[in-house]
Amino acid sequence: MRREIPIAITFIVGVVFAVSYFIPREPFSEFESQFGDWFGIIAAFAIWLGAMNLMKISIVKIGRKSPDYFYSILIIVSFLMIVFFGFFEGYKGIYADPQFSYRDAGTGFNWIYEYIYSSLSATMFALLAFFVASASYRAFRARNLEATLLLISAFFVMFGRVPIGDMLTGWLPDGYTMSGWANWIMSVPNTAGQRAIMIGIALGLVSTSLRIILGLERSYLGGE
Amino acid sequence: MRIASFGIFILLVFGCGLTALAQDDPIDMVESEIVLPAPASKVIALNHKYDIGEILDVSWESSTSDPELVFGYIIYRSEGDNKFDSVGAVLSKINSFSDEELIPGKSYNYQIGTIGASGVALSEPSEPAIPDWELFNLEMWNIALIGFIICGAVIAYIFSAKAGRKLFIRKIGGLEALEEAVGRATEMGRPILFIPGIQDMDDVQTLAAITILGKVARVVADYDSKIMMPVSRSLVMTSARETIKEAYLSAGRPDAYSDDMAYYVTDEQFGYVAAVNGLMVREKPATCLYLGAFFAESLILSETGNSIGAIQIAGTARPGQLPFFVAACDYTLIGEELFAASAYLSGDPKQLGSLKGQDLGKVVAMVAIVLGTLAATLASAWDIEIMQKFLDNVMLGIFSNH
Repeated sequence: MRREIPIAITFIVGVVFAVSYFIPREPFSEFESQFGDWFGIIAAFAIWLGAMNLMKISIVKIGRKSPDYFYSILIIVSFLMIVFFGFFEGYKGIYADPQFSYRDAGTGFNWIYEYIYSSLSATMFALLAFFVASASYRAFRARNLEATLLLISAFFVMFGRVPIGDMLTGWLPDGYTMSGWANWIMSVPNTAGQRAIMIGIALGLVSTSLRIILGLERSYLGGE
Repeated sequence: MRIASFGIFILLVFGCGLTALAQDDPIDMVESEIVLPAPASKVIALNHKYDIGEILDVSWESSTSDPELVFGYIIYRSEGDNKFDSVGAVLSKINSFSDEELIPGKSYNYQIGTIGASGVALSEPSEPAIPDWELFNLEMWNIALIGFIICGAVIAYIFSAKAGRKLFIRKIGGLEALEEAVGRATEMGRPILFIPGIQDMDDVQTLAAITILGKVARVVADYDSKIMMPVSRSLVMTSARETIKEAYLSAGRPDAYSDDMAYYVTDEQFGYVAAVNGLMVREKPATCLYLGAFFAESLILSETGNSIGAIQIAGTARPGQLPFFVAACDYTLIGEELFAASAYLSGDPKQLGSLKGQDLGKVVAMVAIVLGTLAATLASAWDIEIMQKFLDNVMLGIFSNH
């Protein structure tokens, strides 16, 4: 029964969802948003499960003095600090006059978010610029025909996107300047390739959904 | 109702303003006081198609008066008792209105008031109309048709495979390399890192990743290797634990399973990336698998994996992230290959049948592309009218989104 009930639920919900797409009447027309709400509620409860698990793992690491357990101390301190500021200022805001939210500017929670979390997050994102450079270097090395084509396309697209490209090729007829070539590469071969991938993805989605609805694919339930 | 009243108010204020301006001229004043604009005509109320039975569409022919002297139209509704109440107003260039939030099955009549400088001229009332609902949205017949063809083909191939028919499935390099990648990690005595994307269990890419995890975990259990799976969603963590546990059970090694194999880090995108990058640099996994829905973190993760010399297999259905994975990883499952992976790895004929079924969808897409390209070329280059009609009526009818 541990398998049969989830499979039956998946089948019923899958069929109802597919059919409701074509039925413009309540309750069918409301299913998508209602199920989305249900999922949100379950996920909100589950986040405590995740947070408690993170705490448990970190405490165990500290207890065992595992390598780099200093990071686990940081996790626990950061977690408790943000939870404290969130609850404390949320509580304070309710009884203040005028009332305020723990997220409002000027609160400790907001300060941590703005000046610690956002900066750290932006730093991680900024790493992308360096990684793009190293990945491009590897991808554009002309090792074979495909890589050479990629290199040539990249050359046209990059030069077509900056003013110097058109400045150097301005003497060519309209549409044949560097930006014209760049636009053609982006809107013809690139779009064709992207659409081919999108069609494949859509068909793969249909096939996977059918396998799950029909109960052929059940690995996500924890088994073969 | 409030919006309708506000609209009427604006139109009347505008109309009165113009009336006041017109009163500066004695001749205009005489005309505006006497002459009402010609009323709207041919008022028709029809049931709105494919709704839940709460909308009527009202249309009319505009007033024949000088358009500059018509400021707009007021829509009046009666519930069959000849008592008309205003329900909305539109500007003079518009000659239709959708009356919403009606009672299904009840009869309604409409009258249109044409707003002029000197007052409102009423039209003849419309014939009664009843808002009704339809069981199916027939406007989407094309989606249903294509859905039936593709789903039918998938189911037909599943049954065909069940009946014992041999099916040829091309080799997928990334999946063929999976066992070798786990073996490499075992030989090197280093762990395997599995990242199921950063979306929750309601994303089918995460589901596909979890199904692949089942097969990977089984190989890991057989080889007595170690798997690390930091996740960014709690529900993914619980599903992953169940999947890994089941894989260890089926490998006959339940004692080797630990809940710490899959653990939650954070929902925050770059917080998660920082944690995973740190883990990669510290633990130096021999194999990194990135399967699921990825965004900006795809390149940060895969380049870090590259820098530690790990063998990397990635797969996503997000076309925007594919180039990054292709540049940084050893193998990349492109779009549909991610969804095919579970069926491919299972070797189950019924699941493989579903992969053949989706090939028929590709045939439909290819035929449509060739026919559409031919028709568009003939219609534009040689001005062949029948080809234009074919494009407008057949191709757009079937493949456009209503």
